[in-house]
Amino acid sequence: MAEALVFSRPAALESVITHYCPGCTHGIIHRLVAEVIDELGVRERTVGIAPVGCSVLAYNYFATDFHEASHGRAPAVATGIKRAHPELIVFTYQGDGDLASIGMAEIVHCANRGEKVTVVFVNNAIYGMTGGQMAPTTLPGQIATTCPLGRDVNLAGYPIRVAELISTLRTPAFVARTAVHTPLAAVQAKAILRRAFTYQKEGTCFSLVEVLSTCPTNWGMPPAEACQWLEEHMVPYYPLGVFKTPEGGDRAPRPLEGEEGPCRTT
Amino acid sequence: MAKKLMKGSEAIGEAAIQAGCRLFFGYPITPQNEIPEYMSHRLPQVGGTFVQAESEVAASNMLYGAAGSGARVFTSSSSPGISLMMEAISYMAGAELPAVIVNIMRAGPGLGGILPSQGDYFQATKGGGHGDYRLLVLAPWSVQEAADLVQDAFDLADFYRNPVMVLGDGLIGQMMEPVEFRTERVPCKPLPPKPWASTGWRGDRAKAIINSLFLDPEVLEQHNRNLKAKYDAMVRDEVRFATYGTERPYDVLVVAYGTVARVVSTAVDNLREEGVRVGLLRPITLFPFPYEAVRAAARRAKAVLVIELSCGQMAEDVQLAVAGSRPVHFHGRQGGMLVSPEETAEKVKEILKQTGKEARRG
Amino acid sequence: MQNDVIIAGFGGQGVLLIGKLLAYAGMRDGKEVSWLPSYGPEMRGGTCNCTVVISDKPVGSPVVQHPRAALVLNLPSLEKFEPMVKPGGLLLVNTSLIHREPARSDVTVVKVPANEIANELANPRGANMVALGAYLGATEAVSLPVVEEIVRETFAGKEKLVTANIEALRRGHALGAEAKKGGQP
Repeated sequence: MAEALVFSRPAALESVITHYCPGCTHGIIHRLVAEVIDELGVRERTVGIAPVGCSVLAYNYFATDFHEASHGRAPAVATGIKRAHPELIVFTYQGDGDLASIGMAEIVHCANRGEKVTVVFVNNAIYGMTGGQMAPTTLPGQIATTCPLGRDVNLAGYPIRVAELISTLRTPAFVARTAVHTPLAAVQAKAILRRAFTYQKEGTCFSLVEVLSTCPTNWGMPPAEACQWLEEHMVPYYPLGVFKTPEGGDRAPRPLEGEEGPCRTT
Repeated sequence: MAKKLMKGSEAIGEAAIQAGCRLFFGYPITPQNEIPEYMSHRLPQVGGTFVQAESEVAASNMLYGAAGSGARVFTSSSSPGISLMMEAISYMAGAELPAVIVNIMRAGPGLGGILPSQGDYFQATKGGGHGDYRLLVLAPWSVQEAADLVQDAFDLADFYRNPVMVLGDGLIGQMMEPVEFRTERVPCKPLPPKPWASTGWRGDRAKAIINSLFLDPEVLEQHNRNLKAKYDAMVRDEVRFATYGTERPYDVLVVAYGTVARVVSTAVDNLREEGVRVGLLRPITLFPFPYEAVRAAARRAKAVLVIELSCGQMAEDVQLAVAGSRPVHFHGRQGGMLVSPEETAEKVKEILKQTGKEARRG
Repeated sequence: MQNDVIIAGFGGQGVLLIGKLLAYAGMRDGKEVSWLPSYGPEMRGGTCNCTVVISDKPVGSPVVQHPRAALVLNLPSLEKFEPMVKPGGLLLVNTSLIHREPARSDVTVVKVPANEIANELANPRGANMVALGAYLGATEAVSLPVVEEIVRETFAGKEKLVTANIEALRRGHALGAEAKKGGQP
């Protein structure tokens, strides 16, 4: 019986060793994105945009043309590329500090303009590359180097739920949140990424896939425990699911009836 | 094409289109709104794309993206907006991307005012953004020259793989003058292909990585040296300046750029009629600055007068050029106030009186 | 030979428009021209203005501190620009709206009841055209037929407007030409 190749490196990934910490889930997410690019047959016309953050060197890992953006501006850079070359498949790969803090204006307006690009948003609830500072997505009470007593929501507010926030925009889009801390979650994440890239390939809409990710190094726990922590702490606050599809309409407003207080009009 | 009477802002926009630019990213700010407005109606007519960005930060990063993928791109803004673009400008210089940025300067600092100024000379020519880089900076003195220089700016940007800034002021943007666009324009530099652009990697060239990150200090130092070699080439090959009235002997050399030089040219005419010996040297490239030309021209004068709509920024480059060989005087207006030919003439006469006294004392 | 003029009035009187028409016409006439809208402190205080330079050689300063002529359509403009006109220059005053006598004795004053003439012609918005005509008559900065040609092009498709504005221009021109001969009515 002849040997069958059942598992290999995706063509969209370079054969290099990454700089990511042991147990970090960036590697999985890179792989899922690369598999989707391969499966859709778009590698030769894909351009990625790396952020500033842990994945700043993503351009070394993907076997596609790449831009390295300044901090938070990847969606603006993606807009420039896509508008110059609508035939290209353009994706950004951004972390939570990059996208949800310094780059909030760029991501909201890129989504709102309905740029036909795909955003892979990796949320690990911490600034990884700079050494574990508080992120806009750090959970209440979670310890970080700039909130050593845990995130105080009275001082720092609550963590930002990006998928929910972007999904409030009226412009048609595909917005979902996934995770990669279990094999099943990773399989689902890939299906969602594939949907996101497909919407772009078909010229349908903007797409954003938030991927919950671990940071064993800065969370200060072994990888397996980090996956457990993600399940127990992040998933309840950041529910997984599809928040918006281009086929879906407006979100219905909550009725005012029954509300007490100064805003009541009747 | 026949001569058309155009506002400077519109001529700048049309020049970009004539130069083959089909992408504009910008954000509204007075006094340059006519440029994005013009582009928003003209670009769709020629199959181009106009995007009103959410900020100058975003607009300039859209430039970074589009330039990196090989397109001729352009944005315009005015001083406070240009400050916000400094991040992307530094990145474009670092990643060696060609792009054209027009700054219709207004009075500052801060929000300042909306009237003409030349207060951004330092920012444009000495860095502005972080890191060790240079922009090619072109300063037009008429609407026609603005149109010509904008077209050249695209060629220079492509040739050097470097952002080029066209530095104008509110007068250039607002005034109307006849403009002619040559139908068969020849690029001012050979236009190299762009194998480095991110257009999709098919394996027939190296993977395109548009990047300004070099974590290895030895590699980054080499990158800095390569950039320096490029800036040196600009200094060697791209200096542009013009003179007015210097073919006859002169006692005072006035150095001014942009619309201020226009004002001075009238003062030169008027003074010559009165028998006052005065000439004008006008840098057209502010980087590279025409040090040699200023030095040589100053030697033929008794004194030098720099006039700017600032507190004296180009004056420092003139001092560097003259290197103490002649007294360098400065006259500036700020806040949106303009210099008149009469004011210029007065200043020249004052200097002559002073120089005469010193000569007698000496 | 250079003609330069500051045209001033309040917003809505069409001063920028007649300045542009003048610049267009100058260009059509083969001259060098520049048109510069209000700038600096001149932007404040109830006037809107533009400076037009028409010259045989490339225009030097588009900024003119002491113009050879000022065409003022309202009182604040007279207050502001009367002192600036070059000695021996020309001051055209819209007497329909300006009821004080100019103070300068070293300039030629041409009185133009622009609004009254425009009303007579049943073209009340054509006062600016009357004023422009008067300036042309008094200076011959650009010949009248060329300006008429530009008016025809500018208002192409609006025949009534073209006819009315050309009539206004001609009335103003006659008045200006008369004044030039020294016979200010």
